[in-house]
Amino acid sequence: MCLAIPAKVIAIDGYMAEVESFGNTRKVGLTLCPETKLGDYVLVHAGFVIEIIDEQYALESQAIWKEMIEHEAKRG
Amino acid sequence: MKQNAANIYRDPVLGKQLIEAIHKQADEFMQKHGRKLNLMEVCGTHTVSVSKAGLRDVFREQIEFISGPGCPVCVTSHEDIDYMIELAKQPEVILCTFGDMIRVPGSYSSLAEEKANGHDIQVLYSPLEALDIAEANPTKKVIFLAVGFETTTPAIAATIDMAANRAISNYYVYTVHKVCPPVIRLLFNDPKLKIDGLLLPGHVAAIVGRNALEFIADEYKIPSSIAGFEPLDVLAAIFDIIRMINNDEANVTNQYLRVVTEDGNIAAQQMIDTYFEITDSIWRGIGNITDSGLVLKPEFKHYDARNLFDITVTASPKTKGCRCGEVLSGHIKPTDCGHFAKSCTPVSPVGPCMVSYEGTCATYYKYERKV
Repeated sequence: MCLAIPAKVIAIDGYMAEVESFGNTRKVGLTLCPETKLGDYVLVHAGFVIEIIDEQYALESQAIWKEMIEHEAKRG
Repeated sequence: MKQNAANIYRDPVLGKQLIEAIHKQADEFMQKHGRKLNLMEVCGTHTVSVSKAGLRDVFREQIEFISGPGCPVCVTSHEDIDYMIELAKQPEVILCTFGDMIRVPGSYSSLAEEKANGHDIQVLYSPLEALDIAEANPTKKVIFLAVGFETTTPAIAATIDMAANRAISNYYVYTVHKVCPPVIRLLFNDPKLKIDGLLLPGHVAAIVGRNALEFIADEYKIPSSIAGFEPLDVLAAIFDIIRMINNDEANVTNQYLRVVTEDGNIAAQQMIDTYFEITDSIWRGIGNITDSGLVLKPEFKHYDARNLFDITVTASPKTKGCRCGEVLSGHIKPTDCGHFAKSCTPVSPVGPCMVSYEGTCATYYKYERKV
């Protein structure tokens, strides 16, 4: 139920936007995330953008987890 | 960020390393405590993620995964479902719902059966579509079944906001919204459950923020971690939780940094606060939980489908032998229920946990049956 789909914003028209995910496009509401910009990767739930995906953290999370494992390995 | 970025959260090499690290920490726990570690996932989507990635099997000897009441369709009370079915039978009504509600059995019928009987019931992906239906059918009463936790409530609130702006006066909602913290408190106070750590729902946290979940560490001293829904997201959170348990730390950590912030989505929280207020709510199989539901504020009662018709539903008899309530409160596993995979299957479900695609029983039916 709390499933949310990552998608890219390809057009914005007032409080509505068009997003694309794996080749599908769909109109979604921006009321809950008015700061959404063209080109943002967003999470869509029940037809609304609920959060903008932080690109830096998205790219860094692997590095963070690798560091976590290395730290664990050093612990012995 | 490339479109295939999701693949970085399914990296098999890093996945294996995380699994090894968890094995090591879990061994340490077992040596210290002489028993398996009890980890609860509160979110139905996590129940699916854990099973789909095969993690229950991978950690079978070390970790007991307990599924909590995290499927909003499953925790909707019998009475509410009967009321929804009665709503569908009223004249001039178009009843709109998310897909997983449609086959949930009420006392005598289901929405799917009523649709087959000719009543106008429409399955929608978003409540936004219900607004368009209302606009296109001004003589009808369009009712949306507002089911869901904090993740979904803002979307429903936003449609009420839009209905006002678009001067749509025939749009209504039947709210059975629930909030998470009271049920989490209830689980921790349950003497039958011994929860060592908690996997926290990523998309509820996206709305409420990490700070709103701090009470878990403050009040109960139990480590927990906010997780995303890809295999590596879940593994990283599991590792973090066991690491904290072994170090005698109790924090609420965030392993879903790309989405969840400290304060959450303020615009969404304001949307909830504008239109809804806290009330007591009945959870299927658990009973009444104080301050665990949301209803429309009195000034927005003209959007409330409860005020439209004079409908009374009588307290319904419990389905014989259905143990969804015990499954939802983490007391038993689906496989402990006599109906499971025999008289209760996704094609002909006895209880709601077998209906919703993220219901615990449906997940076990799909992924956890051994041939």
